[in-house]
Amino acid sequence: MCLGIPGVVIELMADHDDLAMVSVEGVKRAVNIGLLQEEGVVPGDWVLIHVGFAMSKIDEVEAKASLDFLTGLGDAYTEELEALAASDITSP
Amino acid sequence: MKFVDEFRDAGVARTLATQIAALCEPGRRYKFMEVCGGHTHTIYKHGLEDYLPETVSLVHGPGCPVCVIPMGRVDDAIAIAENDDVILTSFGDMMRVPGGRGSFFDSKAAGADIRMVYSPLDALRIARKNPDKRVVFMAIGFETTAPSTAMTVLRAAADGLDNFSIFCNHVTIIPAIKAILDSPDLRLDGFIGPGHVSTVIGCRPYEWIARDAGKPLVCAGFEPLDILQSVYQLLLQLKEGRCEVENQYARVVPWNGNPKALEVIGEVMELRPHFEWRGLGFISHSALQVNEKYAAFDAERIFSVPGVRVADPKACQCGEVLKGVLKPWECKVFGTACTPETPIGTCMVSSEGACAAYYNFGRFTRDRVKEATRA
Repeated sequence: MCLGIPGVVIELMADHDDLAMVSVEGVKRAVNIGLLQEEGVVPGDWVLIHVGFAMSKIDEVEAKASLDFLTGLGDAYTEELEALAASDITSP
Repeated sequence: MKFVDEFRDAGVARTLATQIAALCEPGRRYKFMEVCGGHTHTIYKHGLEDYLPETVSLVHGPGCPVCVIPMGRVDDAIAIAENDDVILTSFGDMMRVPGGRGSFFDSKAAGADIRMVYSPLDALRIARKNPDKRVVFMAIGFETTAPSTAMTVLRAAADGLDNFSIFCNHVTIIPAIKAILDSPDLRLDGFIGPGHVSTVIGCRPYEWIARDAGKPLVCAGFEPLDILQSVYQLLLQLKEGRCEVENQYARVVPWNGNPKALEVIGEVMELRPHFEWRGLGFISHSALQVNEKYAAFDAERIFSVPGVRVADPKACQCGEVLKGVLKPWECKVFGTACTPETPIGTCMVSSEGACAAYYNFGRFTRDRVKEATRA
């Protein structure tokens, strides 16, 4: 119930001003977007859905930043490993 | 991007695990509470504890709305459902929760019309289709679901529906965290903040936890990497001597929350003077009720309910589990008398309950068997 599901907005429903057709893993369902009126929802937006309501827009830039941070941690680690491998304190 | 798979990369998780281990001071033990039941679910489902050093333990908090509903409220809902002209609608999670006189499933088997719905809007649809019945929605949840309930009431009011009401059991997260901090049994080093509650309330309401209680909090997403990254951020704060509220889940959680969602909650609901939480007892200003303006949609005013406080079964230790004092497998009836099929306590019912999550996904390592059988 509290587990939110991400879905992508396919179209706004012309006959209901607060509903949008959203695709969740290929399954299409009408979702209430009334709580996101101020942000404005357009087709192509990703939203997080709880109990039939879109609660929040998913920010792709922030998601990328988060992933960059995570892979960056990996880079730093790889660099450290490479540096370790390259270092030889026994050589004169 | 699908915003799911990207945050489940095992390779990145292993790197994070190494970074986490490197941040731990030798000889120091760390205890972080994940407040939200959704996090508990992810932790067990993906076996995240295996990625953490032994010195870092995750303690499960009270953030499972099904788990904190006291037995008396289940009895009240069943009393409403027993009216001949009532259809009680409820999220599936609630159906097995035992009250003093059985669960919704038991009551349904005995003839009450109780139906599972995915959304409160489904309940509204049932009300429209059954004008000769009174349809009651069992409203539960933290701030995550309260706006949906409020929107549904507003829709019912706008449509002039007079056979729809809600039995409001919405609770608020901040008083629960305060109760945890006030509990003398538990020493915590920080909090993994509830991501989805925060989509509504934002990160500001947690600032006092860092400022006054001196505990860092990282608001976290629900994928495995989100949780590991939050643990990393908490450890980094401790190492650097910082104590702040950070937002790991910025892709979904705006710092100021969702003002529209807060507005609709405020329009339809108000704080109760006090509310009983399973395991935590009565907490002041910790739950919501329908306000005077929308009294016509308040099942508590429409129906007379017993309103009797029912003590939890003696064998059940959900209270200790909810406060993070006991691990699920340390409860005396875990996995024996209490299972997801025949739960004694609420923590075994909801998929977000710590006991159910552990029962379904947990693995007994040798150490844990030793720990569990020591008593």
